[in-house]
Amino acid sequence: MSFLLRSSFLEPIDRRAWLGGSGRLLSAGAIALLAGRPALAAGKPSDPAQDARILNTALGAELEAVAAYQVGADSGLLQKNVRELALTFQGHHKAHADLLAATVSKLGGKPVSAKAEYQFPTDQLKTQADVLRFAAGLEKGAASAYLGAVPLFDDRELSKAAASILGDEAMHWAVLRNALGEDPVPAAFVS
Amino acid sequence: MVVSAGGAAARGGRGGAGSAAAARGSRRLLRAAASCLALAIPASAAAVDAAGDPEAGAKVYTRCEACHTFAYDRTGPRHCGLLGRKAGSVAGFDYSEAMKRSGIVWNAQTLDRFLADPMSTVPGTTMGYAGIADAGERADLIAFLRTQGEGPACRKPDGDG
Repeated sequence: MSFLLRSSFLEPIDRRAWLGGSGRLLSAGAIALLAGRPALAAGKPSDPAQDARILNTALGAELEAVAAYQVGADSGLLQKNVRELALTFQGHHKAHADLLAATVSKLGGKPVSAKAEYQFPTDQLKTQADVLRFAAGLEKGAASAYLGAVPLFDDRELSKAAASILGDEAMHWAVLRNALGEDPVPAAFVS
Repeated sequence: MVVSAGGAAARGGRGGAGSAAAARGSRRLLRAAASCLALAIPASAAAVDAAGDPEAGAKVYTRCEACHTFAYDRTGPRHCGLLGRKAGSVAGFDYSEAMKRSGIVWNAQTLDRFLADPMSTVPGTTMGYAGIADAGERADLIAFLRTQGEGPACRKPDGDG
């Protein structure tokens, strides 16, 4: 709460400090989400195999997002501050991936690994705006994917964790749309 | 039709003399209703597909873009060549056993059913997604998958699949 007061209302927002702070908040939240799950602690989720499958699919997409942001960061097309933003978002995806992999393991599954290589439409990325638009599409898709996963988990704590990640993806999407000069929040609902 | 069958079942369930015969009659009615429903689904799906708007479907497709694209495999398999393809058959893609064994051939009807509830339609699929409840949105999406699949992105050599 004190962090929110400081950054949002009482002091001018320093973007780097804000992003760094949000990353720390996410990490703390992620640990709490995993550590505070009674079903997992008891080892008795009702259908761990299905939950692990859903999480593993999300993990695969997160690992691809990490690679995609690296492509963007290495493209030479991004301004310094935009590149920093991309790397910050990449860090969030790494945090999501770490949490998902740990949870898949706790559920008795085998977390998927990052692919040796990913295909991206690099021939279509000619400008910074192209990179931002590509990233925005991935983030929008990710928010939708988590929305589609939230109601599926047998363990409601996993739904809560997925909803937490959904919120983060939606924020990424909004920031990227804003950077593109588009309406950052184009609708009242995410679909 | 379903409402009528349910009503008959309820009447049969009230018991009394001849209740066993009534229950048998109810079961026959339920089976008949189920058959009618099963027969109705393909026709309905085909009609919905015909009415789908590919432009609206492009917007629905943005929900798929965490995992899918047309020309190449990602977390999910490529969508070029989807219509008419046997499920689980893109070479080199790591499908679930459930999808490989599903016996599904993707067309408007099978896609409509799968997209409505992927995990119930193919239990064990790795597509952990609740589905698209709105039949109109599914029709739009299927229309987009069809038109995009016939478009330039899928006519490239590496987009065919």
